[in-house]
Amino acid sequence: MIASGAAPRTSVSSDALASFRHRHLLGIEALSPDEITLLLDLADAYAAASHSPQRARELLRGRTVINLFFENSTRTRTSFELAAKRLGADVINMQVESSSVKKGETLIDTAMTLNAMLPDVLVVRHSESGAVKLLSEKVNCAVINGGDGAHEHPTQALLDALAIRRRKGRLQGLLVAICGDILHSRVARSNIHLLNAMGARVRVVGPPTLIPTAIERLGVEVFHDMRQALAGCDIVMMLRLQTERMQGNYVPSVREYFHFYGLDRVKLSFAKPDALIMHPGPMNRGVEIDSEVADDVERSLIREQVEMGVAVRMACLDILTRDLRSNAPAAPR
Amino acid sequence: MTGRDGPGAKGGSPVAYVNARLLDPASGLDVTGGVIVADGVVADLGPHLARASALAAVGPRGIEAVDCGGAVLAPALIDMRVQLREPGEEHKETIASAGEAAAAGGVGTMVCLPNTRPPIDDPSLVESVFRRARDTCRVRVFPYAAVTRGLQGREMTELGLLAEAGAVGFSDGTAAIADPQLMRRALAYARIVGRPIIQHPEEPALASGAMNAGEIATRLGLSGIPVAAEVIMVERDLRLVELTGGRLHVAHVSTGAAVDALRRAKARGLPVSADTAPQYFALNETAVGEYRTFAKLSPPLRGEDDRKAVIDGLKDGTIDAIASDHAPHDQDSKRLPFAQAAAGMIGLETLLAVSLDLVHNGHLPLPQVLAKLTVNPAAILGLEGGRLAKGEPADLVVFDLERPWRIEERNFRSKSKNSPFDGRPVQGRVLRTLVAGATVFAGNDV
Repeated sequence: MIASGAAPRTSVSSDALASFRHRHLLGIEALSPDEITLLLDLADAYAAASHSPQRARELLRGRTVINLFFENSTRTRTSFELAAKRLGADVINMQVESSSVKKGETLIDTAMTLNAMLPDVLVVRHSESGAVKLLSEKVNCAVINGGDGAHEHPTQALLDALAIRRRKGRLQGLLVAICGDILHSRVARSNIHLLNAMGARVRVVGPPTLIPTAIERLGVEVFHDMRQALAGCDIVMMLRLQTERMQGNYVPSVREYFHFYGLDRVKLSFAKPDALIMHPGPMNRGVEIDSEVADDVERSLIREQVEMGVAVRMACLDILTRDLRSNAPAAPR
Repeated sequence: MTGRDGPGAKGGSPVAYVNARLLDPASGLDVTGGVIVADGVVADLGPHLARASALAAVGPRGIEAVDCGGAVLAPALIDMRVQLREPGEEHKETIASAGEAAAAGGVGTMVCLPNTRPPIDDPSLVESVFRRARDTCRVRVFPYAAVTRGLQGREMTELGLLAEAGAVGFSDGTAAIADPQLMRRALAYARIVGRPIIQHPEEPALASGAMNAGEIATRLGLSGIPVAAEVIMVERDLRLVELTGGRLHVAHVSTGAAVDALRRAKARGLPVSADTAPQYFALNETAVGEYRTFAKLSPPLRGEDDRKAVIDGLKDGTIDAIASDHAPHDQDSKRLPFAQAAAGMIGLETLLAVSLDLVHNGHLPLPQVLAKLTVNPAAILGLEGGRLAKGEPADLVVFDLERPWRIEERNFRSKSKNSPFDGRPVQGRVLRTLVAGATVFAGNDV
């Protein structure tokens, strides 16, 4: 049913694709372990093909993907854009905060306007938790959450999981420490849901002011000491600390934060000898991570995370448009 | 008065309401009987009026008789916390539309917050509320006046002149009176007019979040409001009551910690009273679901333990009154990302039915629930009414305690439709509402 050369489907059957029950990808929390595995397998296949010369695909030819970003982002937007283009889609980037919203247009108005342009997929990032879900209720196309407030960032968790799985061969049974500003982090929440679903053990570590209430109810162990938190860990996942949160509100100063929570060789030595370091980027070198460890090619997964981002987003675009393709004539070769 | 004439009202012919379960929570009266309403007051009542056939012997000749079919006849509700939105936001609610909603909900008196545009912070504005109510509204309206000019929390208003103009208490609406020195002086100064300060009990710096702090807020990535935000303000204010001897009324209690603090204060004999709203004993934070902004309230819906503690507070009398905290919002204020959406819900039309859950669930006896909706708020605010007795104003409600129905958004008379109770099955239906003897609502089959 899918044009040959559409995607390398060695490990993902079309039956499996059909088992994905969701119209949108709004978060990891709603996904089953099977659905997560399906997305990772599909992304893995895209990743394997991404170095081949025929990496450009026809799968989404004639389809329109709109990247609707209400919050600044270069990396995530570029990654989605590249993913969509590699699948042959037409891509439009909209940076909304600088245009309509300032004129008083509401989120709903923007959604209705774009919906009338009949896009096939909307990728949405917004600074408010729940905003992407609200928007998804008002449009007819598939919506991918590109990050909403402190809620979820599902494609980031998927790319993190894929990067781990490719290096460690598994997720099951791994001990993962997520470090830093858990309170404001959608990356942390999506990763907690995903890693728990896949049988990893999750620790979170940070100053008490940056650990959200009742986070242990999400199935994590809470630490305030990096050395204890990192002891025996397979993965050390650092989070970005926004500069505006370092000026005496949540932590007293950058240097104090780095002293207690910045990842350097000494703290890393408490993790397993083969522990891997991750960071969703962009990094604040010298704030949450020391350059020496960030740039250690043996230990750092940071470059692979970026690479896997494109593959994961291709997989998400693929899976959310499967109904469009099965209902429509096959895309011309 | 608009729509307050006809049989039973001043100048109209008398009416008898027979075959009713007469309930007066003030006196404990609970008998089958009837009431004669004449000239806007209760002219007679008792078991001797139970049947229409008895009227020939006791009532005026040819009196009209309304058979209540065994339904409860009680004092009309006094809702001590209503936001009217007039003046300034008439697209959300007017005094007239709120009045229609109130009448349909069995509410005969609305006490309104001063958070209109402009705020009610000047005697002339108090008078204008009375005037608009008289000209447009079928139920009684009494305003609170602002504690501070423009609700800005800085300079005290003319509390004495506002009271003389008719303000029944002082409040900064949905904003807490945050400055302790100002609160101290307001409590002290209000003693000269004997009126309470109505506090929205939230420490603002702790209450900047979007919902109750806890697991659900953490899952949704929303900033939380801890229980401590409420109890810190309650405990601070109780200290200031001790310091000043002023009268404090704590609005919409939502936490067990605040209930405990109030219970201790009452045991010590402090002049303090409190209310809660049906949402705080009928719902908990799970109503937020996945960002349902209709369940975004201030204070926020709390956890299940707090919900139960509020019921305990109602049971033992720590919480004196139940008020709707009616807060109309239009779609534009609610169809927003959760943190940006306005807080509050409409409640006039669901106040009685949801409160009756307390009876049907066996938590409180009916007279005790009715007391919290009638005579208790009247006593706190020094209002007449709230009683079913000879010579009292004929502000009455007739309701079928058992009748089941479903709360539905499309049936709301309020201009705004923001209710988290939409779709909820309830038991207890208002059949008729009287204000000053006049029928201001008759529907639902009687």
